[in-house]
Amino acid sequence: MSEMTREQTEALIQEVLEVYPEKAQKDRAKHLTINDQEIEKSSKCITSNRKSLPGVMTIRGCAYAGSKGVVWGPVKDMIHLSHGPVGCGQYSRAGRRNYYVGNTGVDTFGTINFTSDFQEKDIVFGGDKKLNKIVDEINMLFPLAKGLSIQSECPIGLIGDDIEAVAKQKGKELNKTIVPVRCEGFRGVSQSLGHHIANDAIRDWVIDPATGKEFESTDYDVTIIGDYNIGGDAWASRILLEEMGLRVIAQWSGDGTLAEMENTPKAKLNLLHCYRSMNYISRYMEEKFGVPWMEYNFFGPTKIEESLRAIAAQFDDKIKEGAEKVIEKYKPQWQAVVDKYRPRLEGKRVMLYVGGLRPRHIIGAYEDLGMEVVGTGYEFAHNDDYDRTIAEVGNATLIYDDVTGYEFEEFVKRVKPDLIGSGIKEKYIFQKMGIPFRQMHSWDYSGPYHGYDGFAIFARDMDMTLNNPCWDSMTPPWKRMGDETAIAAE
Amino acid sequence: MPNVMLRYNDKGDLLFYVAKKDLEEVIASVETNTDEAWGGTVELSNGDKFFIDPISPPPEFPTTLRFKRG
Repeated sequence: MSEMTREQTEALIQEVLEVYPEKAQKDRAKHLTINDQEIEKSSKCITSNRKSLPGVMTIRGCAYAGSKGVVWGPVKDMIHLSHGPVGCGQYSRAGRRNYYVGNTGVDTFGTINFTSDFQEKDIVFGGDKKLNKIVDEINMLFPLAKGLSIQSECPIGLIGDDIEAVAKQKGKELNKTIVPVRCEGFRGVSQSLGHHIANDAIRDWVIDPATGKEFESTDYDVTIIGDYNIGGDAWASRILLEEMGLRVIAQWSGDGTLAEMENTPKAKLNLLHCYRSMNYISRYMEEKFGVPWMEYNFFGPTKIEESLRAIAAQFDDKIKEGAEKVIEKYKPQWQAVVDKYRPRLEGKRVMLYVGGLRPRHIIGAYEDLGMEVVGTGYEFAHNDDYDRTIAEVGNATLIYDDVTGYEFEEFVKRVKPDLIGSGIKEKYIFQKMGIPFRQMHSWDYSGPYHGYDGFAIFARDMDMTLNNPCWDSMTPPWKRMGDETAIAAE
Repeated sequence: MPNVMLRYNDKGDLLFYVAKKDLEEVIASVETNTDEAWGGTVELSNGDKFFIDPISPPPEFPTTLRFKRG
């Protein structure tokens, strides 16, 4: 299908909205829009970060998912206790594939599920006693854990347990960092508030108490913030920064440690990849410690080049030279990737629906492969994310905020993209509809996709999915031959 | 009375950021902006107005201040 015009896209949105009752229609209409690069402020054309409608199939998560799953979970040398019933922690265990190095169960704890397994009696009589006991047990069983974070699940907030008091008392007693995080799932409209709560907890319980800690800093200290090392993303980013002469003193939070978090305010520059989940703490560090921050994008060679130069511009000539050297060094490598895959992917159309960053960040990587993004949307972005999106996507592109299962399906049926990038819940619906699909949350168990090394894997994966011979088998043989068979049978 | 984070963006404009409102706007004009004091009615590029009693001496940005709706 050729590119849709503005009018066609508008008509499509109208048509899709028609099935809703009047009130829901009015609400959903505000979340669907057509990109117009002339508009500078997204608030004029799209509403975001609002409560999902009851009754629709939203793809969002909860505040606990934002805190435990995204921000805190990857901090590898701390134990993250899912405080409450067992399910929340167990069903999300190790789902985000935040890679790390270390001996799991000895000095790192990333993939283990720790839970207080609330029972009826804990709900009735309160769970603080149990929490007290758990902290002691954890300290005895895992003495190398540098700290503990208590991630509240819904019941904790509902019954009003005082986890802060337990954390304070036990922290003093054991002389360890114990962080109570009030990330009950019912807070907020999506995982986004969980990110904010987790950021605030880091501010109050990690960064502030560690102020004044000694640290030998250099002029080239930077940190990687908001990179969760999915499939090794942060490592693929880190080597580029190190090659240009910078020293990465902390990774937040993929393959990160408590000590790294404490040292972060001593950096010269905070590099922010996922703006949505970690802008709060970056802003705080700028204000309190005077550490500037900047956003960067390590998806696809064009954006990497831009970002490397922008990062280098914050430092002296030595780093600038280093950046040019890195760009020069990897040019043949990515050029070979583009030469190989671009002819196979050129002109293919992609629809994205991911979390809070990738719907805009990854567009550059697709464009480097000659592909076009014809629809994009966020689960839990805020208006500041959409402000940053408008410039990235083409005019008349469909944009959907907190899309419902129904809307997404209808859009796909009409826009007919060649590839969809979204999450596991959407994957099998679209594959059964005969459309190639990649999970863009977990890189479909592949990765890394960041950096030059990641781009090669990204290109291969897209080719592997799009040009998979299985898509030719969507029509069964008896239907494919059609009338001819019928005649022969006569 | 929103808590507002004020910081300079890359272009050197002063940004007015209210986390809870997702409001991130460039400040268009400040009533009092001298060497002695900073404050008064602050107008944003989208037309919103906020008020703060002039602070003397002027605060160092980035910083967080409490504004009133003006």
